[in-house]
Amino acid sequence: MHGKPAPSESADTAVRVRGLVKRYGAKTAVDGLDLDVRTGTVTAVLGPNGAGKTTTVETCEGYRRPDGGTVRVLGLDPVADAAALRPRIGVMLQSGGVYSGARADEMLRHMAKLHAHPLDVDALIERLGLGSCGRTTYRRLSGGQQQRLALAMAVVGRPELVFLDEPTAGLDPQARRATWELVRELRADGVTVVLTTHFMQEAEELADDVAIVDAGRVAAQGSPEQLCRGGAENTLRFTGRPGLDLGSLLKALPDGTAAAEPLPGTYRITGDVDPQLLATVTSWCAQHGVMPGGISVERHTLEDVFLELTGKELRS
Amino acid sequence: MSTGTYSPKPGAAPVGRMIAAQTSLETRMLLRNGEQLLLTVIIPSLLLVLFSTVDIVDTGSDEAVDFLAPGVLALAVLSTAFTGQAIATGFERRYGVLKRLGASPLPRWALMTAKTLAVLVTEVLQVALLTAIALALGWSPHGNPLSVLLLLLLGTAAFSGLGLLMAGTLKAEATLAAANLVFLLLLVGGGVIVPLDRFGAAGDVLALLPISALSDGLRDVLQHGASMPWGDALILAVWGVLGLGAAARFFRWE
Repeated sequence: MHGKPAPSESADTAVRVRGLVKRYGAKTAVDGLDLDVRTGTVTAVLGPNGAGKTTTVETCEGYRRPDGGTVRVLGLDPVADAAALRPRIGVMLQSGGVYSGARADEMLRHMAKLHAHPLDVDALIERLGLGSCGRTTYRRLSGGQQQRLALAMAVVGRPELVFLDEPTAGLDPQARRATWELVRELRADGVTVVLTTHFMQEAEELADDVAIVDAGRVAAQGSPEQLCRGGAENTLRFTGRPGLDLGSLLKALPDGTAAAEPLPGTYRITGDVDPQLLATVTSWCAQHGVMPGGISVERHTLEDVFLELTGKELRS
Repeated sequence: MSTGTYSPKPGAAPVGRMIAAQTSLETRMLLRNGEQLLLTVIIPSLLLVLFSTVDIVDTGSDEAVDFLAPGVLALAVLSTAFTGQAIATGFERRYGVLKRLGASPLPRWALMTAKTLAVLVTEVLQVALLTAIALALGWSPHGNPLSVLLLLLLGTAAFSGLGLLMAGTLKAEATLAAANLVFLLLLVGGGVIVPLDRFGAAGDVLALLPISALSDGLRDVLQHGASMPWGDALILAVWGVLGLGAAARFFRWE
């Protein structure tokens, strides 16, 4: 038997990954990764290409056998308990998965027939705008239509938990919003969603929890708000005449604030930027006969958090 | 929790219903594919008509169609169970269809069962069509239909094993090329339209090929009224065990 989790844990935790290691030959794709997905939430696994997102998700789906660590999905071992787990999860692969000669509605109806209580296929086709595919076979559908069909196939069996691997990659903004809307509806109806993405905005818009993955590990996990508050500072930028006395300015500002002139005449103040700090900066400028231009206050985004944690740009 | 459109209600369909649905889909995919139809329907039909009506190959003393019909039936099995299945399965593997179905409630054994049933359904349609053409050309079949059925099933098992082995180990493009090449070579050298005794001593080796065993066995029954050609059946059975065993051992799903 497998180590059955305590009942409270299995009720609250849909996915529990501890110390996951997965190697492909000499390359370590996942290197001691921990991940928790709470039941009924949307969790975004965020990271650049090659960070180990897909390997992690495919291990949860039962496609890969871990080289180390434990994976429990809905309290089950994805490999050993595959037969029990598969009817309960929905899977959207990063690409493909459909007979090249099948029509969209035909493939979706087929997936529905493999489940005991599927969704109304016609309504789902309508909902995802797949009706326009008509008699076109899969190989001739647009990339966006193929993505939406894969999404429909993941949800048609009324799963408890869906894994969406880069559900909006290659979609135009309108189609992306439609996919986000469906994810929100899934969550509202009690479906747990795990999605991978390298769009920071997607994680911010959708996720209750974000796991930032880099080099096969989770660098940080929390709500988008928690991640953006923790550690990251905000920035105030303005322009003025070059060569202002930053030492004098810093004396007027609270401890822990930094000031710099990265380009002549361009100033950057980093720290806890609040209304009081803004007032202090503008009054200092007034005393020194400086008219500050282009004043902007930047809130830290997940992208900044990602950069601070990993030293890498998120977009690749 | 309120009930909404997407409220979870998971569950697998009964396995019989899954197999029926999968068989239906696989059969439609086979019959919809133009290149597949060329191999499974058009080429066997053309060969039967052409070589029965035009005296190109010396097929012996009997009516040409009596020699050709059993060979073309063997070719039909080869085209569907081997060539067609290898190419289709190779591309399903390449395009992640097998992977995606692997995460569905459909068990792997049920998928393979459905693929086999789809091959058999296609073969029934082929045999019906080719029999009708052959009868129209004056074919007079002999022998026990049950012997014919057993040979066709053994041939299907042998060719399916080899086709799946190829599809599950080679790249899709390599499978496409190799499966067509093997089809062509076996068409010429497997006793389908050219009697094996034309190849001299090499004919004894060629007789051990599954296509030769199937065409020769079918000919023994249908042309000469033999009861059951056990030697040919044994050759097919050995190919079936080897092919299906190797496919089960080496098939890679991704």
